[in-house]
Amino acid sequence: MSAPILSAEDVHVEFEARRGGGRARAVDGVNLDIAPGEIVALVGESGCGKTTLARTLLGLERPTSGRVLHRGTPLAYSSKALKRFRRDVQLVLQDPSGSLNPRHTVYDAVAEGLRIHGDVPNERERVADALSRAGLRPPERFFLRFPHELSGGQRQRVVIAGALVLEPNVIVADEPVASLDASVRGEILALLLRLRDELGLAALVVTHDLGLAWNIADRVAVMYLGRIVETGPVEKILTAPEHPYTQALLSVLPDAPGSPVVLQGEPPDPTRIPPGCRFHLRCPVLASGAAAAAGVDGACRGEDPGVLAGGTAVQAACHYARTVSSSADPAAVVRP
Amino acid sequence: MSLLEVDDLTVTYRTAGGDVPAVRGVSFALEAGQKLGLAGESGCGKSTMALALLRLLPRTARYTGEIRFDGEDILTMSWGRLRAVRWAGASIVFQGAMHSLNAVQRIGAQIAEPIRLHSKATEAEIRRRTGELLEHVGLPARRADAYPHELSGGQRQRVMIAMALACDPKLIVADEPTTALDVMIQAQILTLIESLVAEQGISLLMISHDLSVLADTCDRLAVMYAGRIVEEGPAAAVFGDARHPYGRALAAAFPRIGDPASRRRPQGLAGDPPDPADLPSGCTFHPRCPARLDHCDKLDPRLWPAGDDARAACVHVLPDKGLSLVAKESA
Ligand SMILES: Nc1ncnc2c1ncn2[C@@H]1O[C@H](COP(=O)(O)OP(=O)(O)OP(=O)(O)O)[C@@H](O)[C@H]1O
Ligand SMILES: Nc1ncnc2c1ncn2[C@@H]1O[C@H](COP(=O)(O)OP(=O)(O)OP(=O)(O)O)[C@@H](O)[C@H]1O
Ligand code: SF4
Ligand SMILES: [Mg+2]
Ligand SMILES: [Mg+2]
Repeated sequence: MSAPILSAEDVHVEFEARRGGGRARAVDGVNLDIAPGEIVALVGESGCGKTTLARTLLGLERPTSGRVLHRGTPLAYSSKALKRFRRDVQLVLQDPSGSLNPRHTVYDAVAEGLRIHGDVPNERERVADALSRAGLRPPERFFLRFPHELSGGQRQRVVIAGALVLEPNVIVADEPVASLDASVRGEILALLLRLRDELGLAALVVTHDLGLAWNIADRVAVMYLGRIVETGPVEKILTAPEHPYTQALLSVLPDAPGSPVVLQGEPPDPTRIPPGCRFHLRCPVLASGAAAAAGVDGACRGEDPGVLAGGTAVQAACHYARTVSSSADPAAVVRP
Repeated sequence: MSLLEVDDLTVTYRTAGGDVPAVRGVSFALEAGQKLGLAGESGCGKSTMALALLRLLPRTARYTGEIRFDGEDILTMSWGRLRAVRWAGASIVFQGAMHSLNAVQRIGAQIAEPIRLHSKATEAEIRRRTGELLEHVGLPARRADAYPHELSGGQRQRVMIAMALACDPKLIVADEPTTALDVMIQAQILTLIESLVAEQGISLLMISHDLSVLADTCDRLAVMYAGRIVEEGPAAAVFGDARHPYGRALAAAFPRIGDPASRRRPQGLAGDPPDPADLPSGCTFHPRCPARLDHCDKLDPRLWPAGDDARAACVHVLPDKGLSLVAKESA
């Protein structure tokens, strides 16, 4: 892999718990690298820490420990340094209707980024350029429209144009198509792929939709309760997953082969992360006795499988997967 | 006789800006114990159709056509009779309803209220029934004392399903029951709905924009576009081999993981759904249709047999692609 453009290095993010109780370890030790031109999907259940990790990578949240690296240099959190950083790494928000100001025209919404950065020369040209790259053509026809005069798909394109206008090298998109109709969703995903092919734009796409990862991502990172528990190339992880959690997530998709493994109960609470493997209380492999047969049930209950390394290797943070599989490389694991 | 028969139903909203024809001639039948899925883009009229089934639309809505439930016409029946059908015949899990539970009332009381209103059960019987219903949807009976904010989204949706079951209905209409829920919680709710309807022989009309979820849960699927059903048939046929170009586009939007054809190739559909107050001429899908023929803006095709037990409203399934019909109309 070429030198990463954006990395998380053993990032931890803790919050004061909302209703008393202990501290919430929303991100609990994550290594993640994004290379130039690479599309990485970050997937996992609601509340597992995806948005918190994404915000931390954008410098919007400061890690409690660990650090974020931009082109190999640790992020500086002064407003001047962050402003410079944002030219290179842009956020595309969840829910297009919520992130556009209803009283701003499309032109103003897109030009805002330039104005914040004092890039006034060629404003009109650059706004037009960003809009047409986002698929709103001819751009002049959209300049004076307001958000309520656009469809949901068009609004999402305006949000993307607003991120593109500064010509970043990475975008971080949090659920970019979750609120869009199925038929429109494909168009926006095709746009992200085209931007990568034409501009070499890298992307971290946060989603709970594994089909989206199959549609556009090169690599996928599966997050569970604050950690990445399995990662690797999309073809491998989505067709032959080794972590029981990834296996369960894939098995409940409507047209998955085999019978669904429906995990019971609610996604667990980051203020009370179980000891041992953080998944062990819900793990079907442990519950079925397969982990005991492989002699790892003690480890499942008592020993943390550790934090996965960054990079592109196939890895699973699971004691069972490590004993039965050949491809999960135990050497890639950084012990906590 | 089918449990539910809908015949050429239209619903038009009267608004200050003019008439909005939200449902424009929908016909279908649902047999006892059958599960029908209704899919389509936002705004195509799914919820309007569902609410019309029990005359639950606002006063601004005008209906034509017929809706027969157990042989009785819903649109012409008396209010008294309609109340009885709403109570004991069919119940609806409304879209987004899990967010509209009363915040200051315990959920047990909310489930008990209709039972108390409509039956002569004693307080003790009502309490037992409420507990039973909660257990039935996978919540411990003691959760009857919880307030809505103490429950997660998935648990609140279970409460909504318990309320729908309270009167032993013959039909449940579930409007987007799992939208906005997490994949695993969605799987839990779908498994629950499936086992309940199977156990009790209830008919199900499930509405979703997610064709893949419907294909997995239902026996038959109907796809709506701009207020009409444009495709209808056995679930596997509609999802796997749709005959209407819109049905095909909708099915292709849900990639099968592992399928090389969709890898790095997201499938979308250009353009926007039409404004119901300003519909395109001919086939309403023609401005977005990848398989459009020259006469598609002239001929408005109705459902026509398309494969085994299936129908589609597209010139491509009409004899001689509908050309003779166009000729006849212009003559
Ligand atoms: N500012 C905050 N203060 C306290 N707790 C927080 C804060 N932000 C997030 N959390 C908690 O951290 C955990 C992770 O939240 P996060 O929003 O990152 O999850 P997510 O994976 O993005 O979920 P979703 O899929 O629902 O968007 C959750 O338990 C959440 O309640
Ligand atoms: N009370 C109303 N007055 C006027 N127009 C309405 C009213 N309710 C709905 N509509 C319009 O009728 C059409 C159909 O709406 P409906 O809610 O039935 O769509 P839907 O298919 O359920 O969409 P979604 O997937 O977003 O729930 C839309 O164009 C909508 O704007
Ligand atoms: S480490 Fe053990 S408990 Fe954890 S996922 Fe693997 S088998 Fe399950
Ligand atoms: Mg989030
Ligand atoms: Mg609706």
